[in-house]
Parts: sequence; structure tokens; C-alpha cells
Amino acid sequence: MPIRTALAVLTATTALVLTGLWVGNNVNMLPLGASSNASTYDDLFKVLFSIGTVLFLGIVILLVYSLFRFRRRSGDVSDGLAIEGNLPLEIVWTAIPAVVVLFVGLYSYDIYERMGGMATLNDHMAMDHGAMQQVSVKEGDSAGRVWGGIGVAGIDAAPAGPVLPVEVTAMQFAFIFHYPGSDITSGELHVPAGQQVELRMEARDVIHAFWVPQFRLKQDVIPGQPTVLSFTATRAGTYPIICAELCGPYHGGMRSNVVVHEPDAYDNWLQQNTPNRTTT
Amino acid sequence: MTSTTPLQDSVAIEAGHGPAGEGHGDFRLFGLATFLVADGMTFAGFFAAYLTFRAVNPLPEGGIYELELLLPTINTVVLIISSFTFHRAGKECRAGQLGASRLWLAITGGLGAIFLAGQMVEYFNLPFSLTDNLFASTFYALTGFHGLHVTLGVICIAIVALQTRPGGRISASDHFGLEAAELYWHFVDGIWVVLYGILYLL
Amino acid sequence: MTLANPSDFDGNLQPQGWLRYLSFSLDHKVIGLQYLVCGFIFYLIGGALAGVIRTELISPISDFVSRETYNEVLTLHGTVMIFLWIVPVVNGAFGNYLIPFYVGARDMAFPRLNAVAFWLIPPAGILLISSYFIAGAAAQSGWTAYPPLSLTTPAAGQVVWILSVLLLGGSSIFGGINFIATILKLRRPGLKLMMLPMYCWAMLGTSILVVLSTPVLAGTLILLSFDIIAHTGFFNPTMGGNVVVYQHLFWFYSHPAVYIMVLPAFGLVSEILPIHARKPLFGYTTMVYSIMAIVFLGLIVWAHHMFTSGTPPWMRLFFTIATSFIAVPTGIKFFNWLATLWGGKIALNSAMLFSCAFIVNFVFGGITGVALAQVPFDIHVHDTYFVVGHFHYIVYGGTVFVIFGSLYHWHPKFTGRLLNEDLGRLHFLLTFVGFNLCFAPQHWLGLNGMPRRVAEYDPAFTTLNQVSSVGALLMAISTLPLLINVVVTAINGKEAGDNPWNALTSEWLTSSPPPVENWHGEAPLVTEPYGYGQHPEEKA
Repeated sequence: MPIRTALAVLTATTALVLTGLWVGNNVNMLPLGASSNASTYDDLFKVLFSIGTVLFLGIVILLVYSLFRFRRRSGDVSDGLAIEGNLPLEIVWTAIPAVVVLFVGLYSYDIYERMGGMATLNDHMAMDHGAMQQVSVKEGDSAGRVWGGIGVAGIDAAPAGPVLPVEVTAMQFAFIFHYPGSDITSGELHVPAGQQVELRMEARDVIHAFWVPQFRLKQDVIPGQPTVLSFTATRAGTYPIICAELCGPYHGGMRSNVVVHEPDAYDNWLQQNTPNRTTT
Repeated sequence: MTSTTPLQDSVAIEAGHGPAGEGHGDFRLFGLATFLVADGMTFAGFFAAYLTFRAVNPLPEGGIYELELLLPTINTVVLIISSFTFHRAGKECRAGQLGASRLWLAITGGLGAIFLAGQMVEYFNLPFSLTDNLFASTFYALTGFHGLHVTLGVICIAIVALQTRPGGRISASDHFGLEAAELYWHFVDGIWVVLYGILYLL
Repeated sequence: MTLANPSDFDGNLQPQGWLRYLSFSLDHKVIGLQYLVCGFIFYLIGGALAGVIRTELISPISDFVSRETYNEVLTLHGTVMIFLWIVPVVNGAFGNYLIPFYVGARDMAFPRLNAVAFWLIPPAGILLISSYFIAGAAAQSGWTAYPPLSLTTPAAGQVVWILSVLLLGGSSIFGGINFIATILKLRRPGLKLMMLPMYCWAMLGTSILVVLSTPVLAGTLILLSFDIIAHTGFFNPTMGGNVVVYQHLFWFYSHPAVYIMVLPAFGLVSEILPIHARKPLFGYTTMVYSIMAIVFLGLIVWAHHMFTSGTPPWMRLFFTIATSFIAVPTGIKFFNWLATLWGGKIALNSAMLFSCAFIVNFVFGGITGVALAQVPFDIHVHDTYFVVGHFHYIVYGGTVFVIFGSLYHWHPKFTGRLLNEDLGRLHFLLTFVGFNLCFAPQHWLGLNGMPRRVAEYDPAFTTLNQVSSVGALLMAISTLPLLINVVVTAINGKEAGDNPWNALTSEWLTSSPPPVENWHGEAPLVTEPYGYGQHPEEKA
């Protein structure tokens, strides 16, 4: 390969990688982040977006360049070069994707662990957080077995403080939130910023899914199989809760809100809404 | 390349449009074997579902997993013997002994019928019915789907046995039907052995 | 050995002319075209259903059809497009037409089974569509039919849906058996496996997937129908059943189904590119191994559709890794195609435009696919419009583009006439622009909070949904130049000659359209189907 070609290829590759990195880091495709997971998630997104951009642009540029450079001139009926393969080249483009994929896999595993996803689910974690009243998800036949979800909020969250358990019941076409600690039942989820929340979820009729885009979290809510979702909200505000699993005609309307309060405001809300607070 | 095979010997010419319209017997057996792989995957799906249910879905109060073993064990033996008798029928047929072949086929079909009868007896004596609980449903689905296969097998055996009569379609040289039925029968037996293992013994 | 007398062939006893396309013909070429036309009709039906969806989504409120109807429409759209358009066409149509040529045979291994497999499709399709009118209500639980939703929506429609999918699954299995037998057993003497055109390998891999995975879907749907009809409780949580088991079994078929839809497209592209680039297919051997690797990996990645279901952490991890690694053999194929083009003499006709656009679209869909395989990424976008965008890039941007490209490439073989290039380019332009306009914005919508399968959405998403609907309109319009082209060509098309592309694969080494038993004499032995540029002396 002549030195000038090599230089050109090198320059193009560098430009491509830089473009990819720039796009990944500067083009925002995601909604506001409002949980401790969100920043972790967004890191992964940036990496995937950068790699994806490099690969996509690289392949498209190569393709369009080939189509232009090697187009058939009119009147030319000859064949192209009789190249049937090139083992070193094929090894290279087996190895590069393999390495990229391995890197992406390991990196996303790390992210997933940081989001708390690898915590064991079945030794019901709420038992250990002694500060809170012990409430099993539902009096199910499987004695508190949790079938899926994210057990603890990510390690990027503030570890201090007790866990706030909330029981979530999903039904056609609403979410109902019950706070076992204070016996509040609400159609909206109210949580304090900075405290880990553990949603123990079960559906009453069909499969639903609990999704808060600003938290970057989703978990199916399944009838007969309790699931769990832990997170720590970080930014006060009101965010949509969206059902993401087709659950019937009004699936699109099955929405609610999660209201993230500053801790003081949350205590206020708690006091105002706890039933029987005036008795005794 | 190496091929200098003249047209007349070309498989491509002959296959597909022989007098039977469906090509060479070898292909048909191969096709049947492929189909049985597919059929086996249906069973594999059922087995996987059953094993998962059993592992993770506890039975409600009063539900039972225990099954009477005697009858199914006899049935298993009956079915295994029937595989050997069918094999014998095939051998006789290939040796040109169509009468003996027919006799062994009758024995095989009889054993299959005994199996089905045994299955019926078991069904009528079980303490649970189809919709009682998950185990009951799965039990009936698995044994029922297998029983359907056995029933089909017995019908095939009857047809093949009739075809071995003088003037029938099956002869010492042309016996695709018998071979196909035999392959199918061995498959159904094999499935039963697995089924017996996971349903009754596990 | 006796030569079958050609007059014994059933084909001669059957209707000739266009009527044979409505008959129980045993000729693989007739059956292939039956699949193609039948599939295209269902494509138009499925497209009309998509039109209903995109019309509903022009505004953020549910105002075009009732919510129940919307769910019926999205269920039918998915089912029709997968089971009645893509699978039958990319497997049945091109497979039936081309495979016997490629193996040097006069027909498929089991012509009668072949005809049966085709004739299961129209009744199943009519049954499915008619459930909307007859059973009172068509299935409303999506093409995935997840219980318990599928147990609580109107039962009649769901049962009809199951019956229809079982028939189509049966058709697919029969087809798969036939392809395996044809490719492995019916090859012309001297034709070794490693001499076969890539489409044969793709169809072999696809058929293995069909035979191994479709029966599991059939069994699962039988259990589901028991739950509906006989009130068993396999998937009914109120009776102790387990809804997640259904998902595992369903995706054990339905993930391989994606490969059943794209592997044949990979094969077809591998035929089209070398011919129009006048170069050998780059890396034949690695291409073959890639297909087989995809087949193997495709069977063990199903649970990546269930990362937000009740799945334990270890399972999520395993399926992430396995899924990511599919990118490796897939990547090899794409690099090999690029290398095939490199240094060629590329004729950028309609067939090539569609094939190259396939590369662009599929790479995009593949990249979002690798992202989706990552559990933490998927947790956010699962069941959102991001996924809708992703899989349309795979099955439409990938497979359907290839189907159109193949149509331009093989139309002269089917009819002896070349499709009009100007109309073809117009068709391409409309499809490519419409497709990207329709589906690219959906990725952003999903990332920002729009779940899939909804009739109403956050008003903030209105503009992009309208852009998407405009794209859908362009896609609808894009079928017009194609239809006009086919009709105009039939009336007054340019004669193609036997081998308009100067191709080396065996289907071009007979007349166009081919005679009833394919060859005028002995089937040619093509040992190097991609030997372009190698024997310049023969080219004179």
C-alpha cells in the first residue's frame, strides 16, 4: 500500500472515530435523568452511541464510496477482479467485532451491576433493612419469592438511610401504590429524593409494566409472580409512569405520575395523607 | 469437477417424478425423519414447560405429584416390546416373508392397543381431572398428546398390515409404508420412555 | 435406471397458462410464484393495517378507530406481515423457485408436500383476516399473544388466531423439511455442498431453524388454546399457571423467527451482489460458517426479549452475552459483502439499489440490536417505539428491501421480461425515503417515553409521529410504481433474453422463463457459481 493511501486511510479513520465520539457525547437523545441510575445509564448510552456512530458511518461511507468508485462505466462489459477472499482480512473483521462486542458486553455488565441488577432477588432483601416494617410483597403462594427486577438501587446512589418500601398493584388500567409503613394508598407515586425506594409489584389481572423514562427503569408487573424494582430518585419533579406492556384497550391511557419531593416536602405529604393521623 | 455422470443416472432426473409421483423412497424416509425431529421438538417444548412448572410452581393444598407406578410401568414394557416386534415384522418383510410380517405387525398393533387401553384405565382411575391444577393439566396434555401419536401409530400399523396381504402395496422390494410406520413407531416409543422418566419417575 | 417419461409428469395434466397459478400445481416454479403473489397480496393487506395504525397516531388522542379495533389492527398487522408476507415470500417464494435450480434438480424433493404447504397459506390467511368480521372480534393481544391478556380478550378471535398460526406453522415446517431434503439429498451428482450458491446455505440454515423451533410454538399455542377452550391453567395465574413460561416457549420460536426472516435475505443478497458487481462472492467459506453460527446462536438467545419479565439476573447476563455475539458472524457477512463490491464493476440498477440500501438499513438495525441486547440499555427501551423502529429496520429495511431487490433481479427469470428501470428507481426512492422517514424517528420516540402498541400518547411526541406517518404514506405510495411496473412490463416489457445479467448461477443457464422441468437437457454442473473474472477467455 502506498504511503499516501495509508495516510489517507489513517486520517479518515481518525476523523471517523472523533466524529463518533463527538456525536456520542454531544447529541442528546435521552430525556431528563431523575434517578441515580440515569447517569449510569447515560454513560452506557454514550459509549454505545459513539461505537454505533463510528460503525454505521464507517460502513455507509465505505459502501457509498465503493458504489461510486467502482461503478460500471457505460460500454464496459468486463468483470471485476477475481478476488475470492483474503484470510488475514477476514480474520481482522472477525476479530474487531468480537473485541468490540466483548468490550460492550463487559462494560454493560459493569453498568448493570452498578445499577444494582446483579443483586440476588430471592432472599428477600427487605428483611435485611431492619428499619422498616417487614411486609412481604403479597400473600402469594410462593411465600415472598421475587421473580425478577432490580433488587437494590445502584451503587451510585447514596447508600445511607432506610429503604422506603412501596407496594405496587397494577390492574387494567391503573397503578395503585400502597405505603405499608404509613398505610397510605395512592394513585400517584410520591417518593423523597435521595432515599432508596423499593417497589414490590404484582399485577391483578394481566401483565403490565412499570416504566419511568426519566429513571431509565422498567419492570414488568406480572400476575402471580411478584417483581421488584429499586431506585433512588435524585431530582425533584413530576415524571410520567407509563405502562409498557400491552394490557388491553386502554393500555395507552394507563399512565400515572411519580412525584419526587425534596425530603422535607415528602414528610409533609406523608403527614397530610396518612389516614387516622388525628386519632390516638 | 469429477462428475461425468450421464443424464440417465442423474438423481435429478429420477427424483421427484417416478411413477409414485413423490420420488425416491430414501428421500421420503429422510423427510419423515426430519418431520419426526420437528415433532420431537414439540414434545421437547412440552417437557421443558412441565419441568419448569414443576420446579417453580408449587401445587395448591391437596394437590399431588405422586402417580401409581404399576400400570404405567407395564405399559412401558408393552411399548418397548412392541418396538422389537415391529422390528421383527420389518425383517420378515424384507426377507419376503409377508405372512410372518403380517403376524408380527398384528402383534405390534395389539400391543399398541393394550397400551392405549392401559392408558384409558389409568385415566379413569386418577384422582385428578384435566383442570384441577397445573400438574394435572400438564399430565393430561403430555400423555394425551403422546396417546394421540400412539393411536395414529396403531392406525398406521393396521393399514400397513392390510397392505402386506397378497396383492397389497407392500412387497419385499417395495415397503416404504412399512419402514415409515416402523420409524414412526420407534420414535413414539422413545418419546414414551422419556415421558415415563420425567412424569412418573422424577 | 429408467427415465421418467415427461408426459407422466403431473404438470402436463394440469391447467396451462395463468390458470395453473390457481391450481394445485406440483411445479416448484409455479408454487414459488404462487407464494410470491399470495404473499404480496397479504403485504398490501398488512400495509393497509399499518396505514390504520399510522393514521391513528397522527394525533395524540385515540380518535380514528376504537381502542379495541386498534389492538385488533396491530395484532393482525404483525401476524399478517410476519406469517403471511415475509416468511412465505423470502422462504417459500424464492426458495421454491431457486433451490431446485441451484441443486440441479427438476423439482423439489417432495412436490406434493410442497403444494400442500403452499395451499395451507391462503385458507389460514383468509381465516385470520375474516376473524375480524366473523368471530365478532379478532385477536387483540398482539402477535405475541401473551397470556393472561390473550385469555381475557374475546376468545373466539384468539382461537381463530391460534388456528391460523398453527396452519401457517405447519406450512412452514413442511416447507422446511422439503428444503432440507432437496438441498441435502437432491443435489445433482458432482455438486458438492461447498459449491452451492449462498442462498442454498441460507435456506438450509433457515430450514433447520424452522424444523427445530416452529414445533415449539405450535405446542405452546396448543396449550394456550387449552387454556382458552378447556379452561386449563397452564398460563393462567389464577389457576396456579405461569405466564413467564409462555414467554420462554414463545420466544424460543419467535426469536429464531427473526433469522427465519433475515437469513434467506442474506442469501438472496449474496446472489445479487456478485452478479451486478461482476466479482466473486468474497469469503465464501466464512459466509457459510457465519450462517451456521447464526443458526446456532439464534437458538440460544430468546430470553433477550424478556429482560424486564420475571427473569433472574444470571439469565439476563447469559442472554446478553449470547445475543451480542451474533453480531460477530453477522458482521463478517457485511464486511464480506463490502469486499465483494470493492474493485467490482458495479451496475447500480434497481436490484442493486435495494440490495445496497439493505446493507445500510440492516447495519443500522443491527447496531440498535446489539444495544438492545445489553440488559441495562434494554430495561429502558424494552417495549417502546425504539424496539418498533429497530425491528422494522431489520425486517423491513432488511428483508423487505431484499425482496424488492430480488424481484427486480429475478423478474426476467420469472417472465422473460425486464422490469422498467426508471419505475424501479422511483420505487426505490419512495421506499427508501418513506421507510427512513417512518422508522428513524421512532427510535427517539422510544428513548423519550413512547411505549409501543398505544393508540394515544404524550402530546409532546406529536410532530415526530406525524413525520413517521408521512413516511408511512410514502411507503404506501411506493407500491404504485411497483405495481404499474409489473403490469406495464407484462404488456410491453423489454425482452430479457435467457441471461440478461450474464450470470453464472444455474437458474440463468436455462431459458427464461424456464421449461416445465427446468432444463432443456442435462442439468448443468456449476462448480463455481461466483467465478466472475476468472475465465476471461470464456467471456468472448
